[in-house]
Amino acid sequence: MHEMTGTRTTRILGLLAVLVMAWVVVSAFFITPADSVQGDSVRIMYAHVPTAWVAYLAFITTAIASGFSVVRRHRTLGFDRVAGASAEVGVLFMALTLITGSLWGRLTWGTFWQWDPRLTTTLFLFVTYVGYLAVRRIDGDPQQRARRSSVIALLAVLEIPLVHFSVVLWRSLHQEASVLNPDGDVRLDGLMLFTLFSGVVAFTLMFAWLVIHRQRLTALVDLERVAGLDAAITARRSEGVGSVAT
Amino acid sequence: MKDLGFILLSWGITVGSVATLAVLTLRRARALSARVPDDQKPWL
Repeated sequence: MHEMTGTRTTRILGLLAVLVMAWVVVSAFFITPADSVQGDSVRIMYAHVPTAWVAYLAFITTAIASGFSVVRRHRTLGFDRVAGASAEVGVLFMALTLITGSLWGRLTWGTFWQWDPRLTTTLFLFVTYVGYLAVRRIDGDPQQRARRSSVIALLAVLEIPLVHFSVVLWRSLHQEASVLNPDGDVRLDGLMLFTLFSGVVAFTLMFAWLVIHRQRLTALVDLERVAGLDAAITARRSEGVGSVAT
Repeated sequence: MKDLGFILLSWGITVGSVATLAVLTLRRARALSARVPDDQKPWL
């Protein structure tokens, strides 16, 4: 029986993520009240806001790991795998942010999509990281992949402040932040805030679990590729020896 | 509850997508783990 990508730590992390997520779902649907302005559509916010925050966290993690992969040359591949895994999970979470935001927008604004500054910059951020993942799939050895993708990751992360402050910088249909706003005051009921915070914890735990597993998966892919290449070189050499002998 | 369909769809897509990625990751890891010796897995 071969060992997979899981360890005791990831199993505990996974269990915690499932438990906290179960609490968030129960609280979002059955415990928290409807919002005085948004009504029941606020229940979508307990998924929408945490996925957006964790997508930011994922892209910042990608940039930090990419920075380390450039600076710490003897451990380039380890950091690069974390960067790639974090971007993969970040792209999923950003897509979920756009989808849940669109469904919420239909209920609140009467439309699924508007070319509003926040929505447009978020879509641009999503497309940028899809491009980053595409660049990672270009043929080449893992060292080349690390060099190419780290440059993009270090540039792409600069979009995050633009997305976050787009509602302040331009006239936007999207409301300003209810928690991390420039005034510093929290505009949420206690239980709603606790559920939102629990959602951030649940999605962060899921993010950590997924990144750990996916960076180990990338390591397995790299190891298998190297083993396959070594076998092919050995086979080619033995063919060469055979043809010289004959 | 008003707009239950939209709320269920949002949560269903969110939880379903994350769960699907987790399952696909574990399935791929199982397939690849069998082809790489345990002594080459640095996390063990």
